[in-house]
Amino acid sequence: MSALEGTRVVELANERIAFAGKLLGDMGADVVLVEAPGGDPSRRYPPFADGVTGDSNAPALATSAVEAAEAERGAEPDSLYWWHYNTSKRGLVLDLEREAGREALRALVASADVLIESEAPGRLAALGLDYDDLVKVKPDLIHVSMTPFGRTTSRRDEPATDLTLLAGGGPVWSCGYDDRSIPPIRGGGNQGYQTGCHYAVMSALTAIFHHGVSGEGQFIDVSMHAAANVTTEMSSYFYLVAGKTVHRQTGRHAMPEPSMPVQILAKDGRYATTGMPPRTPSGFGDLYDWLDSLGLVPQLPEAIFLDNARHRKSIGFAEIGVDDEVTAIFSAAREAITLICRNLPVEEFFNGAQRIGITVGSILSPEEAYENAHFVERGFQVEVKHPERDEAVRYPGAPYKLPASPWAISRRAPRLGEHQDEILAEIGIDAAERSEVC
Amino acid sequence: MAGATANANRNGMRPPDGTALGTVRICDFTGQLAGAGATKWLAAFGAEVIRVEDPVNQGMWDVLRNYDPFVDDRRGPDFGGGFNNHNVEKKGITLNLRTERGKEILREIVKRSDVVSENFAAGVLDKWGFGWEALRELREDILYVSNCGFGHTGPYGRYKTWGPIVQAMSGLTFTSGLPDSEPAGWGYSYMDHTGGMYMALAILFGLIHKQRTGEGQWIDLSCSEAGLTLNGPAILDWTVNARPMRRPDRPEGNRSASPPMAPHGIFACRGDDEWISIACRSDADWAVLATVIGESWASEARWKTLAGRLEGQDALEAKLTAWTETQDKFSVQRRIVEAGVPSAAVQRPAERIDDDPGTSEWGLWPEVEHSKMGRVRVDGLPAHFSKTEWKIERGGPCVGEHTDEVLSDLLGYDADEIARLHQEGIV
Repeated sequence: MSALEGTRVVELANERIAFAGKLLGDMGADVVLVEAPGGDPSRRYPPFADGVTGDSNAPALATSAVEAAEAERGAEPDSLYWWHYNTSKRGLVLDLEREAGREALRALVASADVLIESEAPGRLAALGLDYDDLVKVKPDLIHVSMTPFGRTTSRRDEPATDLTLLAGGGPVWSCGYDDRSIPPIRGGGNQGYQTGCHYAVMSALTAIFHHGVSGEGQFIDVSMHAAANVTTEMSSYFYLVAGKTVHRQTGRHAMPEPSMPVQILAKDGRYATTGMPPRTPSGFGDLYDWLDSLGLVPQLPEAIFLDNARHRKSIGFAEIGVDDEVTAIFSAAREAITLICRNLPVEEFFNGAQRIGITVGSILSPEEAYENAHFVERGFQVEVKHPERDEAVRYPGAPYKLPASPWAISRRAPRLGEHQDEILAEIGIDAAERSEVC
Repeated sequence: MAGATANANRNGMRPPDGTALGTVRICDFTGQLAGAGATKWLAAFGAEVIRVEDPVNQGMWDVLRNYDPFVDDRRGPDFGGGFNNHNVEKKGITLNLRTERGKEILREIVKRSDVVSENFAAGVLDKWGFGWEALRELREDILYVSNCGFGHTGPYGRYKTWGPIVQAMSGLTFTSGLPDSEPAGWGYSYMDHTGGMYMALAILFGLIHKQRTGEGQWIDLSCSEAGLTLNGPAILDWTVNARPMRRPDRPEGNRSASPPMAPHGIFACRGDDEWISIACRSDADWAVLATVIGESWASEARWKTLAGRLEGQDALEAKLTAWTETQDKFSVQRRIVEAGVPSAAVQRPAERIDDDPGTSEWGLWPEVEHSKMGRVRVDGLPAHFSKTEWKIERGGPCVGEHTDEVLSDLLGYDADEIARLHQEGIV
């Protein structure tokens, strides 16, 4: 049985909150997605499924491609963005500017356990659909509001996007290149929105558990700006604890003081990330043997320190800079790891290093990670049926494996209004009234 | 502690106390951020989180116990600033699991716990005799949540990781950077934070399942798998269109292809390493921004449509930078935001922590009382609950700080017995 089987979640469609609905739906909640007439704008975000748009990932083509697709066949544009963020949801259209639409939403909420939304602060209150209104029809409602700056701070009405949230909220300050004339970088993939959604779902689940104990619901106010601020690791606590400011560095932790580079270009033009030395004396010996087996010892005179290190009783970080030999050993290890990486394809380097206990990584693109044998063997790839297509579509799989309450994509993202009649019937709105709601 | 509560504790149950998770007890082996971050959330909402640590190495499996930053010159396992940040509101006990008596005490704690959580390398807890089968024998409905870089099975099951490796292997490092350049990466352990969030989610899903069915389970969490779910549209572009992210012009730096926006980027401002982010979501946003800029180039027809701005993006960004770089970042931010267009200065830690009403009015930096460090500010939580609000007041536990309390209140040991356990080095 899924963990959230029997739990109904109403989601007011908004690109910021969509991921939260997916996380709940994929764990078995009955997520009902409410869109405004015309549908949510993210139905028109690239990339698109090919056959509709050509190279639809080129931004210059994106808007014209959508318009062309819609003009040609009145079709929805098959946005892969929409597909991803809206799995395991059913959808209907309600016009909340009309009383019949608002009445339907109240009935829907009365039938549900949780409401998640990212409406501009004040909008729901103006419509008579805020928590104080909705508890009249659903006294134990759990209402999660997630907005850029929360409902109560003086910044609450400021417009924001994923970029501006990550820039103002702290992550961007730590992210970029050693060359500080290059702007700091926003990490890709909507992580500002997704981080907010992680906290929104943790909040919803905490409240659902409490409801199971006490029977009471509540209102929860999530701030995406606050979420970004407390997802910056050392950047915040170096300042909070010691008043120190970290500075960005290519491919490694932003720190108050510069550290040594860790990314190495491997022989096949791909990058590895390194920086962790062997942990034991024999580990240094193993590194020497690996270097030797590749015929690289002649290129690194300092390798002798690694060969000697294997006879030591112990070796520790703390002795670097104190004991000359230990300093030389760690330095030789760094040189050896770099030299080996430059002489091997990255995958071979990664496996070779990990097999002798050296913690390194291969910098994979998303598709390379998706096709990686480790994740494939663990069953990460899942297939989702799209009735309109001949073949099932492969999706990213489970972020966690709960054997007793499995994660699963129960259905592909809804087409606009796909479950209109079904859902309205469930909440007792008869056929004659249904045309009034949107 | 009141006698009735202590008795209830000895039966393994925590009575409801008005907090969200007050009925939950967690036997916690987590450390660093990827694990400790998860139980921080649960402790702040009232769960009793008992950290079990090794007395022989003074809990230093979690290296953050004695790692920068420090409040002053004192060093040692009770002074790490990061450890304090991630372990507020938790209890800490020491238990020597090399000894049979130590294992016996752990069994007693597990019998009284709802959850056992850990983020050791795969297989470590099993080696100590506390793998899934053993835990289940102690308590049939136990929820066991393990969290490691690659999960416990699969070809990389024995490989070691930390945040930056997880980010590299899951595609996150690759997607952060300028096109056709070395990856910039995240600049911190984004996946230690986010891995901790997925661990918290997994524990909460498991607790809800248990509340509803009475069933426990073993949740095997792989941080890199969690990371791999965070670039969904890019993966679908690959599986549906066979279009890889490793191609010219990707990743996109600070530009935005999905949804397409221009200008969309981070631009230099007056001063050293000062920057402003600006995102025009629509032609209307651009029209507003053009008015704020108020220079003749901004009103040219070529910029009026998204297609025009995307086509001339290099030139547009150069013009925009020429406008921003003479100005103070916060004054640019104020003017653009007041006009209704998204913009935010790239804030330094001091700016967002000390001078930003978006965090101070939220109460985002609570000050805790740490038994040795004194009063220290920490990360708070980004959600406020109307009925069961979080509480972050007590600092992270010193090594063994709550050993006696847990032995006496939870297990009912008397003072003599506790003294003996200390003498024998069990605790």
